[in-house]
Amino acid sequence: MDLFEDDTAQTPSNAPEFSVSELSGAVKRTIESGFSHIRVRGEVGRVTLARTGHLYFDLKDERAVLSAISWKGQVAKMTVRPEEGMEVIATGRMTTFAGQSRYQMTVENVEPAGAGALMAMLEKRKALLASEGLFDPARKRPLPYLPDIIGVVTSPTGAVIRDILHRLRERFARKVLIWPVAVQGQNCAAEVANAINGFNALTPGGALPRPDLLIVARGGGSVEDLWGFNEEIVARAAAASRIPLISAVGHETDTTLIDFVSDRRAPTPTAAAEIAVPVRLELATWVSDQETRMARSVTQAQERRAQRLRDLARSLARPERALEAPQQRFDRASERLDVALQGLVAKRSVELARTAAALRPAVLQARIAAAQERAMGLSARLAPALARGTNDHHKAFARVAQRLDGDMVSQIALRKSEALATTTQRFSRVTQGQISDWRARLDALERMRQTLGYTATLTRGYAVVRGAQGLVTSAQDAAAIVSVEFSDGLVAVGPGAAPAASAQPESTQGASVAQAGPKKAKRKAQKKSDAPPDQGSLF
Amino acid sequence: MSDTDESQMTFEQAMAELERVVGQLERGDVALDASIDLYERGARLKARCEAKLAEAQEKVAKITLDRDGQPTGTTPVEGL
Repeated sequence: MDLFEDDTAQTPSNAPEFSVSELSGAVKRTIESGFSHIRVRGEVGRVTLARTGHLYFDLKDERAVLSAISWKGQVAKMTVRPEEGMEVIATGRMTTFAGQSRYQMTVENVEPAGAGALMAMLEKRKALLASEGLFDPARKRPLPYLPDIIGVVTSPTGAVIRDILHRLRERFARKVLIWPVAVQGQNCAAEVANAINGFNALTPGGALPRPDLLIVARGGGSVEDLWGFNEEIVARAAAASRIPLISAVGHETDTTLIDFVSDRRAPTPTAAAEIAVPVRLELATWVSDQETRMARSVTQAQERRAQRLRDLARSLARPERALEAPQQRFDRASERLDVALQGLVAKRSVELARTAAALRPAVLQARIAAAQERAMGLSARLAPALARGTNDHHKAFARVAQRLDGDMVSQIALRKSEALATTTQRFSRVTQGQISDWRARLDALERMRQTLGYTATLTRGYAVVRGAQGLVTSAQDAAAIVSVEFSDGLVAVGPGAAPAASAQPESTQGASVAQAGPKKAKRKAQKKSDAPPDQGSLF
Repeated sequence: MSDTDESQMTFEQAMAELERVVGQLERGDVALDASIDLYERGARLKARCEAKLAEAQEKVAKITLDRDGQPTGTTPVEGL
């Protein structure tokens, strides 16, 4: 081992020397010649569609990965495009890419590895669209009864369009617009979807008039042939179509994705034409039937009315007969009329005569005389009745006057005089009593007055001394004394003295007299009491 | 529907109306004057239906497309 290692490490080999390019070219030749046509089975890994249209993808199994490429032209020819997760058998050849030391497979065709794989993919799509509600029966629109223009999306050549036109012609020839599409291959799905969208984009009645019904049709084929109608874009375009759409793809047993979203699925293209239009002849028959029924019913209605009119007319009585009975009654009544009238006149004449008899002048005069007589009688009774009435009143008056006699009045007057006298006596008696009472009280008061007055004092020896200016109560004023009063008279003193007048001085001055001094007054009174009542004149 | 618009009706509408008119006449519960009007209307509806039926002309055209798949016009199709 060591020697060998040393040899290789140190000894130059006899093997030829390659440049990188030479080796790469040699490898390329070896690989491409050895694997010029191969079929590889594997699962599709990551898929990338380059802008150039080339498709890059991986093929893999549990242990290895193989890069794969399909050129644009190859992709176009594929019926089935590789999708991630798909189990496929790829057909092609191996190539190398010397620039990166890589090898890869150029894939010309891809087939699903058994129908199961393809169906599994289809089921996955169906589940997706169903979850979006695109298969909902409520989304399906009714087809027009008789479309004017039918748009057909199919191949412009081949049996399918021929079958459709043929059947339409048989039933009810219509205007047909064919939108040509590839019904298989790589462009199929895109073209079909574009056709459905394109028909919907047309304006009704325009230069390119919009159809009122679409038929998407294709004849029978393998699952791969029909695969375009399983593509999602086709299904979505059909679901979005505002024009009612009939799908007719493949035979009755083939079901593609578009059948689930179309408004109606036809088992074959021919059947689509039958669904699309009614049979014109049947309609024409129906219309003429309607006309017949209409005419018949109108005729019948008129006949019914005519019959009824006849029946009614029959049951109407003849007018002459209707008048017979009244005529008879009239005749009989007319006959009786004259008789009845004459009888009535006679009866009334009798009544008139009877009534008129009572209205003769003699009878009236007698009634007037009688009335006059009664009036006279009443007049005669009038005066006596009046006199009698007056007399009665006179008598009544006299009776009342009699009751008014003098005695009674005198008696009343007497009674009243007595009552007056009594009252007067009682009055004078009372008055006398009153007056003597008052006198007694007056005397008593006078006595009391005299007792209380100074004059009584005078009798007990007091005297009242007066000056010119009034009472003299002081000895100093003695010169002015003019008079002295005693109980029995007045004595003048001094130059002007004169015998006392007997005039009584004012009793009101008595009080001052009493105060004049008891000694002097007593003395004077002593003197006075000795003297006779007229001794005043001794001074 | 008024009596004047039969000419605007689709075949289906005219058909339904005609059916109604006939049914009404057949029931016989229409007054005489009205039944005459109805009959005349029925006749107009029938004429409309027949006119639509007479329009059964086949005309088949193929849409021509440009490079982008947009329609550019039509070409007549013969022999299919």
